[in-house]
Amino acid sequence: MITLEKRPEPSKHWTYLTPFVAIALTMIVGGAMFGMMGVDPFEAIRTIFWDPIFNTQFASYTRPQLLVKAGPLILIAIGLSLGFKAGIWNIGAEGQYIIGAVCGAAAGLAFYPSDSIFIFPLMLIFGMLGGWIWAMIPALLKTKLGTNEILVSLMLVYVAENILATAASGFLRNPDGRGFPGSRNFKEWDAAFNADIISGTGMHWGVLAAFIAVIAAYALMTKHLLGFQIRLSGEAPRAARFAGVNPSAMILICMGLSGALAGLAGIFEVTGPAGVVNIGFNAGYGFTAIIVAFLGRLNPIGILLAGLLMALTYIGGELTQLMLAMPAAAIQLFQGMLLFFLLAADVLVNFRIRFTSSAKGAA
Amino acid sequence: MNRRTLFASVAAATLAATTVFADDPVKAGFVYVGPVGDGGWTYEHDKGRLAVEEALGDKVETIYQENVPEGADAVRAITQMALSGADIIFTTSFGYMDPTLEVAAKFPDVKFEHATGYKSAENVATYSSRFYEGRAIQGHIAGNMTKSNKIGYIASFPIPEVIRGINSAYLHAKKVNPDVEMNVVWVYTWFDPAKEADAARALIENGVDVVLQHTDSTAPQAAAQEAGNVITFGQASDMADYGPMPRVSSIIDNWAPYYIERVQAVIDGTWETVDTWGGIDTGMVGIGEITDAVPAEVKAEALAMKDAIGAGEYHPFTGPINKADGSVWLAEGEVAPIGDLLGMNFYIEGITSEIPN
Repeated sequence: MITLEKRPEPSKHWTYLTPFVAIALTMIVGGAMFGMMGVDPFEAIRTIFWDPIFNTQFASYTRPQLLVKAGPLILIAIGLSLGFKAGIWNIGAEGQYIIGAVCGAAAGLAFYPSDSIFIFPLMLIFGMLGGWIWAMIPALLKTKLGTNEILVSLMLVYVAENILATAASGFLRNPDGRGFPGSRNFKEWDAAFNADIISGTGMHWGVLAAFIAVIAAYALMTKHLLGFQIRLSGEAPRAARFAGVNPSAMILICMGLSGALAGLAGIFEVTGPAGVVNIGFNAGYGFTAIIVAFLGRLNPIGILLAGLLMALTYIGGELTQLMLAMPAAAIQLFQGMLLFFLLAADVLVNFRIRFTSSAKGAA
Repeated sequence: MNRRTLFASVAAATLAATTVFADDPVKAGFVYVGPVGDGGWTYEHDKGRLAVEEALGDKVETIYQENVPEGADAVRAITQMALSGADIIFTTSFGYMDPTLEVAAKFPDVKFEHATGYKSAENVATYSSRFYEGRAIQGHIAGNMTKSNKIGYIASFPIPEVIRGINSAYLHAKKVNPDVEMNVVWVYTWFDPAKEADAARALIENGVDVVLQHTDSTAPQAAAQEAGNVITFGQASDMADYGPMPRVSSIIDNWAPYYIERVQAVIDGTWETVDTWGGIDTGMVGIGEITDAVPAEVKAEALAMKDAIGAGEYHPFTGPINKADGSVWLAEGEVAPIGDLLGMNFYIEGITSEIPN
């Protein structure tokens, strides 16, 4: 019989090495899967990890796109990582992202077609507010009534999706859109357009905000008392209470910050790459960011790298469809393997496997 | 505007380097909203792609990308396709409209074809089917066959194409059965088997015994089969596996002739932007076999209606028809103007629910 025994002191080295082990295992097993599908595994792996950055035909376009894809993932994951560190599980970033986009877009469109320079900042503020409010619902329910924030934040994603559908076919609908759902296109409204800061680099304001969030989170976690309190709440909740950390305040702060950052990511996406608030414009960033946060070990620098890696597998995956005619499902499997191997490796870092006889196990 | 034009010139320069030589096969790209194995909408587009390969042989090479979300990702998918040397790109879902136009502006030498939209450009053509013609036939069968007088409709997004279908089906059901009632469920997705099945079950529990769908999977067919005594219609694809019951007929999208014609035009250098709206007359809308579960008399009437529509003798939206608010839309004998059809955002009289807005 096999039992898992908790290691008293998990190895620090291995904690940081597991993502690389997971990537290596994914390449091996994923490569074998590609091979079985009749695709040259080396070519497939090269297409996913190398071509988006170095292919002469595509790279001038896909390199900037890596930032466009990674930006929202990193921004959301940074916010989530604070809560995860403190043992507060905001699973509903997707909903906060949607509400942020809807609120921000509504604030901007209220002033259409103004060309004031305040339009874009105003939209950002309302985007943050929207995400913050949406995260405050599970936070307040938890602090006041003791509900489970995992369930409430997740269920609110579906509420948010319905609000999005109502907004896109109702109060945000483009009056010049012949009755079709979908807001005005923000790319065609300069005052609201989240353009590349330097043209053609993919570096829009949202990507810049993601980088700033990485630095700010790093400073917060290493230099600031709040960062210490967050870590303490997660690692030793009782000790935190003795040290005077208010658990309710922790929940409100962590949920609020992650909600605000997710909302911000939403409005950056709508005013930039997506352009339009439309039914189903949310492409799952809020959920993928959870993977990014864990792949990055809840560490800001790690999240930065993990976000770029996820973006690479997305874009590389699209290229394998185009160049090698691989089905989309193969890439989703490949991404799923990455998370699976990471979690599996984590178990082995934190636990020791013991083989015991069944008689002893029963006793 | 300036920032965008700068980027456009960069992209155009990249394109110039990758333009194909005369001897190379023409490359046709397809962007799909669902998986090619959805058994419905995307499956039929992919059949069209394969037909192009078969008809044009080594003069053509095709590529596709499936499961492309209708947002920022669509812009990238289409751009990468253009960068990979595609000469003509078919974007096969309504939500790709703005992304297609955006990419097309950066690649003036590539031809684009957008399905079911209304925006075109010098290098962007649009094409769609008059699915509402098929809906008229389904409505006729449904109105005759329902015992509970309740017809269910699984609707995707509140866009004119979907609303036309609902109106057309209801209108023709009501003509043969004045007591008929239409229950519409909006699922806000083109392809989500779980959601589609849930919607079908909810409708059936609500007493519906005919389920029409404007979504792409076969899940509603399976749900109806499970419930028994419910009839359905195949959508986008024949879905013949579910016949003779619950599936009693179907609307089949036949894109192959159009795709072959358009790719051939690129090969010949005669491609021009067009706005194609084909129906039963051109074969773009096919009616799948009506099974024996339908009474022979009803079947004969349905086939007669199909022939009349195909010959241009009968238009499914012929007055008198009032809007849901009671105002007159079409007077006696008047045929719906094309503009009203393309932008349809109202229910006709008798449908009591409201279009989401």
